Amino acid sequence: MELKRRIATGALLLSGLVAASPIALAQKFITVASTTSTENSGLFNHLLPMFEKKTGIAVRVIAQGTGQALDTARRGDADVVFVHAKSAEEKFIGEGHGVKRFPVMYNDFVLVGPQSDPAKIAGDKNITEALKKIKDTAAPFVSRGDKSGTHLAELRLWKIAGIDVGGADKGPWYRAVGQGMGASLNTASSMNGYILTDRATWISFKNRGDLASLVEGDKRLFNQYGVILTNPDRHPNVKKELGQRFIDWIVSREGQKAIAEYKIGGEQLFFPNAGDPGA
Amino acid sequence: MLPLVLDQVCFAVGSKTIIDRVSVEIAEGPRTIILGPNGAGKSVLMRLCHGLFAPTSGSIIWKGATNGRRRQAMVFQRPVMLRRSALANIMYGLELAGISPRERVLRARDVLEAVGLENVADRPARVLSGGEQQRLALARAWALGPEVLFLDEPTANLDPGAAREVESLIGQIRASGTKIVMTTHNLGQAKRLGDEILFLSHGRLVERTPVDSFFIKPASAEADAFIRGELPWN
Amino acid sequence: MQEIFTAFGEAGRLIAGAEPRLVGIVLLSLRVSLTAVFFASLIGLPLGAAIAIGRFPGRQALIVALNALMGLPPVVVGLLVYLMLSRAGPLGHFGILFTPAAMVVAQTILIVPIIAALSRQVIEDAWQEYREQLRSLGATAFSAARTLLWDTRFSLVIIVLAGFGRAAAEVGAVMIVGGNIEGVTRVMTTAIALETSMGDLPLALGLGIILITLVLILNAGAYWIKEAAQRRYG
Repeated sequence: MELKRRIATGALLLSGLVAASPIALAQKFITVASTTSTENSGLFNHLLPMFEKKTGIAVRVIAQGTGQALDTARRGDADVVFVHAKSAEEKFIGEGHGVKRFPVMYNDFVLVGPQSDPAKIAGDKNITEALKKIKDTAAPFVSRGDKSGTHLAELRLWKIAGIDVGGADKGPWYRAVGQGMGASLNTASSMNGYILTDRATWISFKNRGDLASLVEGDKRLFNQYGVILTNPDRHPNVKKELGQRFIDWIVSREGQKAIAEYKIGGEQLFFPNAGDPGA
Repeated sequence: MLPLVLDQVCFAVGSKTIIDRVSVEIAEGPRTIILGPNGAGKSVLMRLCHGLFAPTSGSIIWKGATNGRRRQAMVFQRPVMLRRSALANIMYGLELAGISPRERVLRARDVLEAVGLENVADRPARVLSGGEQQRLALARAWALGPEVLFLDEPTANLDPGAAREVESLIGQIRASGTKIVMTTHNLGQAKRLGDEILFLSHGRLVERTPVDSFFIKPASAEADAFIRGELPWN
Repeated sequence: MQEIFTAFGEAGRLIAGAEPRLVGIVLLSLRVSLTAVFFASLIGLPLGAAIAIGRFPGRQALIVALNALMGLPPVVVGLLVYLMLSRAGPLGHFGILFTPAAMVVAQTILIVPIIAALSRQVIEDAWQEYREQLRSLGATAFSAARTLLWDTRFSLVIIVLAGFGRAAAEVGAVMIVGGNIEGVTRVMTTAIALETSMGDLPLALGLGIILITLVLILNAGAYWIKEAAQRRYG
């Protein structure tokens, strides 16, 4: 009987464990493909409970790089995309996968690097000049390398600086890691390299090592976010009413106010600009 | 089912001939012992008769009437017991034979008592001693009510005391009406337990002789040499 | 080095706090991996037994392939399952992408080869020992497979535990097909990956310590049961 008692106890515990886990209830929900930087900043943890309380709609966020997020929506696996790469977003709509782009908010990028600063760029106000100095000193630079919004912004800046990191100017100093923002920052921290990061991730990043923010404020470092409903004509399974309500809310006064209120350590991370036609 | 008729049976593995044109009729009645030097093919012949292998050529046919069920059993040199109680091992054989659950328990208990193992019925079969396990194997075979019981060197791994118990058990089974076909290395055992000897050498059936004559004056030179070799003082 | 000590502190703090989100993550991890190992065993154990006992053309190639599949990279499995379950894929209409169901599917696929390949070896070894006796008693291939699965159960328990360990430890498959959605598909391993990517290494390690402890407790429980069973059945 000893054996049977043990088996019964084990079986009871196991089924209890399996049954007890919370299963997401059959509640209304939408799937939003967004970026790792937005998720890591904690903005969604601040915004989404408000939206859910008001509308009863749960928002399931899949955090990927911008490129991957748009691809997810292209496959019909997401109802809404919320990313930060205007040209990629417009291409997405041009291909017929998205309905309309609404600007939502912006934050900015900062160039961080080791405090020892071999390229001597600390305090520079001109980002492209700073990048030129990094290339000239061949100081290690870590790139996202993953077609994310941050990566695309970084490539744009190299281009403006007249440096061809993919071809002529390639070298061992330029390291493409193919990872999210936090993981790339970990890498930069451990190899004491320079890296372009969004301010939100930087402020909440806890593994800085010797890194510090060296260049910021250049207008070209501004990072615009847009939100798009996946085209229900192309992907019939898209929850268009629920998705549209999310978009409506996030560009509404209430949503925009919630964005502005989000702070870490007293510092505002995102600046709502849904009303800006040029954004 | 008996008689069992072998006709020109050959068994070869690759190019090696193990059983070479054996023809014999095994009938009801006498206890048949198969003797022969190592490598003569005794174990293979038993397995062919039992049906574990098919002959490469020739035929093996049970010429007698059959009631449809497998009425033969085999006990091997090493008893193979399942990881369950002694009683459960016997019931396993009965289950395979299609006996009803209630009948299984009754028969199993009966046969355990008959072999003197009723007090270990609920013990794990694998913790029993070698002798007990072999008696259990015999009980398992006996419970099936076989017409023929094949035994392949059943006492080779047992100490003399256990071997005697097994021999006595074989006698009981014989007395209940089962035909015994056995191989052994132990000539004393062959004399004690056998009625007729089938002598095998290099895969051929060299002679078939009643047991008493075989040990006094075998018909073949090979058998003669064999006995002398095994009993150098003869 | 310092992070490791801090990590134990974090683990303690997390456990003591028993925050609902953490509890939810832990329970979900267990639910996904236990369910996956259940289905993988349902498929893998009979498959292993069938290959161990069966004889058919291409068997050797199948065994080699199965052994190789034990090393399937979780991220590749995740990718393949994602392509199947995506709305753009053949099974998209089920709509289970980014839910725990998809994670169970991916982990089941990952573990079946482990359970099948290892059980195949264990049962094949047992078959060598039992084959003649079981066939002598009249067991068909099917019933022999069932008997062996039960008789090798102690070894099979360890194999199932190995499968569970692999499932509970992987992050590549569940990350892709689950999406690491908070409150829905976030499990321990994806939570650890997230905290690492946010730079909170002590917290990530703390979660890791909790995960290892959980798997340890499960293994201890299985051992406790197995030990009582082994004493009973030998």
